[in-house]
Amino acid sequence: MKKSLFLCVLTAGVTRAAELPLPAKIEFNRDVRPILSDNCFFCHGNDPKHREAKLRLDVREEAVKSEAFVPGKADASELVKRIFSTDKDEQMPPPDSQKKLTARQREILKKWIAQGAEYQGHWAYENPVKAAVPAGQNGVDVLVQKRLAEIGLKPSAEADRRTLIRRLYTDLIGLPPKPEEVAQFVADQSPDAYAKLVERVLASPHYGERMAIGWLDVVRFADTIGYHSDNPRNVWPYRDWVIKSFNDNKRFDRFTIEQIAGDLMPGANQETRVGSAFNRLLLSTEEGGAQAKDYEVRMLTDRVRAVGAAWMGQTTGCGQCHDHKFDPWTQRDFYSMGAFFADIKEPILGRREDGITVLDAEQEKKLADIGGQLAALQADIVKPHPELAASQAAWEKTALDAIASGSAWQTLKPISATSSKKNLTLKADKDGVVRAAIDGKRDARNQNDGTETYTITAKVVAGVTGFRIEALKEKSAGVGLASNGNFVLSEIAITEGKKSAIQIGHASATFEQTGFAAAAAVDGVADKKDNGWSVLGGTGADQALFLELAEPLDDADAVLTFKLTFARGENHEIASLRLSATTAPKPVRAPNVSLPAKDIVDVLKVAPEKRTAAQKQKLEAAFKQLAPELSDLRAKIANAEKEKADFEKAAPKCIVSIHSDAPRTVRILPRGNWMDESGEVVKAALPHYLPQKKIEGREPTRLDLAEWLVSRDNPLTARTVMNRLWKQFFGTGLSKVLDDLGAQGEPPPNPALLDWLACEFADSGWDVKHMVRVIVTSATYRQISTATKEQLAADPYNRELARQSPFRLDAELVRDNALAISGLLAPKIGGPSAKPYQPEDYWDNLNFPRRIYPADTGEAQYRRGLYTWWQRSFLHPSMVAFDAPSREESCAERNRSNIPQQALVLLNDPTYVEASRTFAARILGECKGDTAARIRWAWQQVLQRDPDAAEQKMIAALLNERLSAYRQEEKSADALLKVGLAPAPAALDKVELAAWTHVARVLLNLHETITRS
Amino acid sequence: MDPLTPAEITRRAFLGKVSQGLGAVALASLMRPSMLGAAQSRGVLKNLPLPQKAKRVIWLTMAGGPSHLETFDPKPKLAEMDGKPMPESLTKGQQLAQLQGKPLNCFGPQHLFAKFGKSQIEICALLPQIGSVIDDICLIRSMTTDAINHDPAHMFMNTGSQIAGRPSMGAWVTYGLGSESEELPGFVVLTSLGKGGQNQPIAARQWSSGFLPSKFQGVQLRAKGDPVLYLTNPPGISKERQHGDVDAINALNRRRDALTGDPEIATRIAQYEMAFKMQASVPDLMDVSAEGAKTLELYGCQPGDGSFASNCLLARRLAERGVRFIQLYHKDWDHHGGVKEGIAQKAQEIDRACMALITDLKQRGLFDDTLIVWAGEFGRTPMSQGGSGRDHHNKAMSVWMSGAGIKGGIVYGASDDLGYAAVENVTTVHDLHATMLHQLGIQHESFSFKFQGLDAKLSGVEGAKVIKDILA
Repeated sequence: MKKSLFLCVLTAGVTRAAELPLPAKIEFNRDVRPILSDNCFFCHGNDPKHREAKLRLDVREEAVKSEAFVPGKADASELVKRIFSTDKDEQMPPPDSQKKLTARQREILKKWIAQGAEYQGHWAYENPVKAAVPAGQNGVDVLVQKRLAEIGLKPSAEADRRTLIRRLYTDLIGLPPKPEEVAQFVADQSPDAYAKLVERVLASPHYGERMAIGWLDVVRFADTIGYHSDNPRNVWPYRDWVIKSFNDNKRFDRFTIEQIAGDLMPGANQETRVGSAFNRLLLSTEEGGAQAKDYEVRMLTDRVRAVGAAWMGQTTGCGQCHDHKFDPWTQRDFYSMGAFFADIKEPILGRREDGITVLDAEQEKKLADIGGQLAALQADIVKPHPELAASQAAWEKTALDAIASGSAWQTLKPISATSSKKNLTLKADKDGVVRAAIDGKRDARNQNDGTETYTITAKVVAGVTGFRIEALKEKSAGVGLASNGNFVLSEIAITEGKKSAIQIGHASATFEQTGFAAAAAVDGVADKKDNGWSVLGGTGADQALFLELAEPLDDADAVLTFKLTFARGENHEIASLRLSATTAPKPVRAPNVSLPAKDIVDVLKVAPEKRTAAQKQKLEAAFKQLAPELSDLRAKIANAEKEKADFEKAAPKCIVSIHSDAPRTVRILPRGNWMDESGEVVKAALPHYLPQKKIEGREPTRLDLAEWLVSRDNPLTARTVMNRLWKQFFGTGLSKVLDDLGAQGEPPPNPALLDWLACEFADSGWDVKHMVRVIVTSATYRQISTATKEQLAADPYNRELARQSPFRLDAELVRDNALAISGLLAPKIGGPSAKPYQPEDYWDNLNFPRRIYPADTGEAQYRRGLYTWWQRSFLHPSMVAFDAPSREESCAERNRSNIPQQALVLLNDPTYVEASRTFAARILGECKGDTAARIRWAWQQVLQRDPDAAEQKMIAALLNERLSAYRQEEKSADALLKVGLAPAPAALDKVELAAWTHVARVLLNLHETITRS
Repeated sequence: MDPLTPAEITRRAFLGKVSQGLGAVALASLMRPSMLGAAQSRGVLKNLPLPQKAKRVIWLTMAGGPSHLETFDPKPKLAEMDGKPMPESLTKGQQLAQLQGKPLNCFGPQHLFAKFGKSQIEICALLPQIGSVIDDICLIRSMTTDAINHDPAHMFMNTGSQIAGRPSMGAWVTYGLGSESEELPGFVVLTSLGKGGQNQPIAARQWSSGFLPSKFQGVQLRAKGDPVLYLTNPPGISKERQHGDVDAINALNRRRDALTGDPEIATRIAQYEMAFKMQASVPDLMDVSAEGAKTLELYGCQPGDGSFASNCLLARRLAERGVRFIQLYHKDWDHHGGVKEGIAQKAQEIDRACMALITDLKQRGLFDDTLIVWAGEFGRTPMSQGGSGRDHHNKAMSVWMSGAGIKGGIVYGASDDLGYAAVENVTTVHDLHATMLHQLGIQHESFSFKFQGLDAKLSGVEGAKVIKDILA
């Protein structure tokens, strides 16, 4: 019974439209174009390569010339004959096209031709016209009501105050109001109570967070590169830029220009550059075997599609291979738009660069402080130090002696030099210097920890009595690879073939850091972080370790293996080293000075009185790097340098647009094939079918593209943006196809309204907050969202806006709502992306490298949903369940599904279990009344209304059952209360807390809780 | 009665996007599967235009790109040419991956081939179990693909497009036909790792529903942890308490429904019921302990070992339970080096399991309406990479199909003498999709969904053909 009625009503709903009489006057855009576009343009449209019988129906003159129809004479028109024909060879559309006209569509075409077959330009390509609105009235209401009057519908009543404030909070800040806020608003009798509320909510810093969600979808913002290994990249400062832009009410034209050309703007600064990260949000790959030309094209097409979707409401992707079949967009337009971005400096394949450092005011001050301290210390060492004269003279003498005996050292030429880690490579040059190079990914992926071992083999002569290992100060910051220029050589072991280790009798060094003496490198302890030879305070000059052998080597031409172990981690390896051997008689000892570099040796060899001023200065500077008297100062400098380097390393970074004067060549690729280089080279150009921008005597740039997008002459941008904005407040766009305002999209049922909004937007100076205000203060917005039977029958999809619509919260807001109610939500705005609890091994299918997911602790665990780490190939499963897009492609319209996974998430995801038990603790801790009062209090927190009697009864019964159950099994209560990191208040009875957790859980799972009505 | 109004349909954002010929009844069935009898399709396609040979699909994805030259495509000529330069006429100006710009020398097949079955089809001698059922298999040696890197190639094989955001074939099929299971998702994905260490990453987008409604997305069944994400009750919450909470939620939602008539509420109630059912049905599905030693021996797996063989057994269990599209990923086929040892290892991992799946489906009467497809995302070069391996290759690869009205014991198409390019009966991924849809009773040209102004189809816009010659 129920079934048959349902089907019958449904059928009625679907066929209703077919029963409407044809409009008296057929309008091309509203009535005809959708039919032609969907059924005819594929073969008789804009794309010449696909055109059949040389006929095109998208241009009136062409259609008339080809005698497709005779305006005014339907019966004499070939088109009419063909569409009514039953002959399979004649019929249009042809049966094998899988297209079929309805009877009504045929009648429309016939009537249209009979009425003269007038064409109109496509609505979205015509400049919007602003309807006149009486002063003091809201344009939205005027135009909605005008339309409702035309079709015989009446607007609905205003929703109650509780519904209004809940709706407004959800739509503008994405958080639930507190019961007190609702009560205050309900009690506010002043005529401008609602207007005041709107202003308060618009001024909230959470407004920017709420507004950012939709924008981040269309620009496909994500933390990872997308393809294959899907590794991270630095982009979160861009997300914060979006939030801040909305909060500051940055005008939309400026907002646009900063994103597309923030680096090219006059007065470009950190803020505009971060905005230009938009151009870098595309997918990229690190897959081996990927071809640069292939991905160069993928990146170009990715960008064109994104600009098309985000600003123009145009589906541009088809232009990669051919002209658009329905819209005037051509393949040339496609590649010409791609050419605007050919100047962006970027690796086509492989890892993204770190990007620019992005500091806020506080961080800038901190960096200035650190820099200031460092500069002061450096000034201290640079200034004249006459007190060192005597010790310098002594050093010069010792050094000259050391140089003289240095000839007894023979450099060993390594046969091989290998490292144990893949991300550090060793290379020996012909002079025997072994240099280490670190892979750029090492630090970025925090793979600089653990033990590194250098293994070097070399041949020696017979009779060797000692070895010297020099750590050379070359171009790097110090002799070591660590950020302070230091290294820690944990252990050195020397072996000959398979024979046992060569015994070392004594170790000494040119410099020893306190607590890190040379002897520690030969003590047999190789695996302790704090044990080894190290040189902080002497990192600015060459240093050397001297090893005296217990017994001279007697084998001639022995091949020795030197194993140098560095167990400190954090890049504490030697940057460049040289091995030497001596056959001089014992003792083999380090001179008490660091070995001078060659240029210093040259100066030393000059007699003191013959040295030039520059040479003297050089010598003094060299000595300052060695003088024991300055050892403390040098250590301070090294530490300050480390502090600065660490700060800079940890500072937020963002990949941004950087202009290159040598742009990539862009060609039209026949059939989109990147291997076919026969196509014409194209320069940047605006789409040919839209009003152009005057650019004379120079090539257009991204800045031109950006300015053109937000110029008054561009008919698309304001409409596209307003259409999307409308969806945020009504659940559906004014034209329901948000990503396509072209021929295959939907002409809006109320075009005057969309046009008015678009004009008002531009007239207001692209003031987003103004437009939000206009919409949410309208009576249209404030209507109730329940529908009457009449409304359902007349307008099932609520396209005419005689009421509001209820819809489920977006994925991020489902989370925010639960966290806010539970009291766990961290209200902080911005910052690095956060990692909420995620099922173990969810990232098992990621590789290169294998990934583990460390869930955040502390405040970071309780961030709002929009800060969730956006891993494109494996987005957080709770986000996926509630339809958050992966953001691999621009997404203007999210699905709004209702699937069992949503139930599983709300019931079992530890985030929601923890929210339930902390909310339960709030109920018990903050409401001191009886059970009924507590249930009421809980209802108020979640739904800002009182439970009715039946609800009270149901929930009280549930609570009582749970109380007695948990009294029987306290262990279960314990287990439940341990879910999540937040501690359960010890003062509360755990049986009560567990039982109330169920109450909280039921409330957080309610449809009403996750629905905005 | 009130909630059952036309507003029921407003919640479907995709309404009006469905392709022609779908009636209101089909829509109703999509929204309320239980409202229609089992005889009808539960998807948007109510009246299937073609006879439905396949009720379900088991797609065995060999991820990484198996070498056809060491599995299903014998090339004695390539053995003769071993070490000699590849004829430039074949390779000039062609797309290569890691071998781009490197010397191109022939690399002979690394394993012997042998003839099997009545049909005497020649396949790698390391695959005797598959050989024992070769007369049930249609081997296609002329498959080609557009993409040559793993990620885009998987996207192309799964969605018919290299651009992210398109629905995977499992989503398409479930969208079209619905699921026959009320307790399990219609599209299920299982993955297993190989032991060779070349486990290329696979993105969840490979089983995404793209622009189709999210309910059609593939649900991954995992060997470790919760078999379905968030399936297990929180610690301390018993099955009874979980049930009680779900009942309370649904009771409160029903009250709300009576007040507001929001049709989404009825759906939400149904979803909570389905979720609760899944909490019982999925563990039941995963528990293979009742299968008996004989079956485990047939597949060569141990319960819970997470192997490809285990997943094949689960695939059969899913098929029995009415799941529409079952996709297995077995990784580690990316043999840039050591193809000889690699294929030997892979053969060990899959040979018995593939045979077992076919045998088991047959003995349970499921073979005739289950379509099995075995395919990687691309093939591999006849040229050597680094002396022991083969690079990615898209001009020729081997795939096979079995069951559901596919001719057994035949070879369709051929590659050239060196196994470089398909030359006879060249087939494309779109053809493979079209053929699969055809066996499911779906006309691929008219099975579309309006997306970005186009009638988007799984089989693409270029024109795909059903491979009629392989249909029984």
